[in-house]
Amino acid sequence: MTDDHQTLALLLFSVFVAITLAITTWVSRSRHGSAEEFYAGGRLFSPMENGFAIAGDYMSAASFLGISGLIALFGYDGMLYSVGFLVAWLVVLFLVAELVRNCGRFTLADVVATRMRERPVRIALGTSSVTVSVLYLVAQMVGAGALVALLLGGKGEATQTWTVICVGALMVIHVSLGGMRATTWIQIVKSVLLLGGTLALTALVLVRFHGDFDQLLLTAAERSGHGEAFLAPGLKYGGDWTARLDFISLGLALVLGTAGLPHILSRFYTVPTARAARRSVVWAIGLIGGFYLMTIVLGFGAAAIVGPEAVRGSNAAGNTAVPLLALDLGGGADSTGGTVLFAVVAAIAFATILAVVAGITLSSVAHDLYASLRRRRAEPRSEVAVARVAAVGIGVVAIALGLLARDLNVAFLVGLAFAVAASANLPVLLCSLFWRDFTTRGAVWAVYGGLVPAVVLVVLSPVVSGSPGSLFPGVDFQYFPLQNPGLVSIPLGFLAGWLGTVTSAEIPDEAKHAETEVRSLTGAGAV
Amino acid sequence: MYSDDPWYDALASGWGETDATDAPNAAPPVASEVYLEVQRSAAFQEVRSRYRRFVVPAVAVFLSWYVAYVVAATAAPGLMARPVAGAVNVAMVAGLGQFLTTFLLTWAYARHARLRRDRAALELRWETQELTRVTRGGAS
Repeated sequence: MTDDHQTLALLLFSVFVAITLAITTWVSRSRHGSAEEFYAGGRLFSPMENGFAIAGDYMSAASFLGISGLIALFGYDGMLYSVGFLVAWLVVLFLVAELVRNCGRFTLADVVATRMRERPVRIALGTSSVTVSVLYLVAQMVGAGALVALLLGGKGEATQTWTVICVGALMVIHVSLGGMRATTWIQIVKSVLLLGGTLALTALVLVRFHGDFDQLLLTAAERSGHGEAFLAPGLKYGGDWTARLDFISLGLALVLGTAGLPHILSRFYTVPTARAARRSVVWAIGLIGGFYLMTIVLGFGAAAIVGPEAVRGSNAAGNTAVPLLALDLGGGADSTGGTVLFAVVAAIAFATILAVVAGITLSSVAHDLYASLRRRRAEPRSEVAVARVAAVGIGVVAIALGLLARDLNVAFLVGLAFAVAASANLPVLLCSLFWRDFTTRGAVWAVYGGLVPAVVLVVLSPVVSGSPGSLFPGVDFQYFPLQNPGLVSIPLGFLAGWLGTVTSAEIPDEAKHAETEVRSLTGAGAV
Repeated sequence: MYSDDPWYDALASGWGETDATDAPNAAPPVASEVYLEVQRSAAFQEVRSRYRRFVVPAVAVFLSWYVAYVVAATAAPGLMARPVAGAVNVAMVAGLGQFLTTFLLTWAYARHARLRRDRAALELRWETQELTRVTRGGAS
């Protein structure tokens, strides 16, 4: 890439950073330092604002860069991500959003702790939430690294490393100073930018093919070198049964994972009522659905216009397909249009990464761990102070892992985070909302029974060792054939919850169950 | 925008309006008994069954449709590759169909909740909160 690209992209990115810093400062002007303010932004956002913020939290670098890249390289198989990511919202809307808003204060653990002994449940859910958040963060960091490598044309790993560190440091500033209110506004600004950028690129792709979607698909298929097979499932996940089971495993993780993501769940507490939470989800589904439809066009557009070889040549996992597409749509590498469009897209992708990172870091896990480990009569103010420190800690871990995992596709990495969320967080949440006989032991077992297998299976999978593309290609401790553990670990989570419940001596508290059920459906006593 | 929204009207009123002295003196029930009592009430069971009668079938439908889609993509690629019109094949139609059903179910759920559940749930909310407030000796 030329110097023009760099300068312009960096300039646009600096403008966005300046805007977000301004928002953070402006918002934290009248901050009270209470936990209510820090975690939930005062609970007074409107459904539309929260809908945009949810969409902003969800449409990460994985969607914008990862999915389009997978479609550009493997055709139809990449579409599974788009479909799974969207259908997952029905689980959230039907079973989770309103009930969780009614029962909890800040986090998933609040909901479960209403019925159960507080301490073990909070420690278990705090641990699993940290794990999910770190995995999700790593994906964002890898996305940032890929973008920088593209911008700087591979001008040395040191620059790339420093950019990842800067992104991490910046988001820690946002979160620790601004809390949920600033984070929400940053998400809203970012999702408007992202939707605008995607809309413009989609329009340009369709104009290039004179609005003929059929022609777009045919060109993509021809250019890919796979012909008709490019438009049908099987290129990435076809062949032997291991790959096919991997596909089903990924599909399950995607559709069940969203409802267990800590940073999505804590979004429902920024609105005043359960009804407002429902309406934010409806907004979010509309925005996210439209966005994923457009990523499909962008993915096939990148295959047709840029071509899979060029995409693969720039980043082996396909993470840079969309910026390359923008360069081409604007008129090519040497034109002003190409330069500008490329810079805009790169800046939007950076903004996306930054905002999502901020949202996840704030996922209130500190609330759970702190509430169960604190000394008696601790000031609420000190809880917020601990949360700020925790944000820094999570950021540092994610930066380190992000530097390690830089050659993996970001959508794939997010798939892992979803698998862990679906295995560890979803079973315990659904059981405590809907199962009368659920006990504390069941809850704790459900969390660890999903979390431990999910993490162990990832460590033993070909992602980490034993194949040329893995994190440690030199060693081989691969004992589990699937890349995504969901197919095994999600049922194990539910099974462990059931097993823990039937083996526990504790008699399920009918009154507590009545309280959860009445509160979750009516909103009585909700904050 | 919020004129038709019972939650919004309700938020503005109701909090702390009952004076502590209004609470009946006769043996206030324990808070946990209030929830059990509400859970047994016909009004609550109506709200719960309306919620379940919509959600259970809807979840069954969309989950099995989604799983069928994923399994078909892996187990029957030949079927999914069959052309429908031009370059568009069965797989593409099924994928876009998933988007369409998601939007439709979202709309149906929001409508059902708004028309069939919201008002009854809100009334129950205030009744329950009144009862629990009494048990806490008027401290709301």
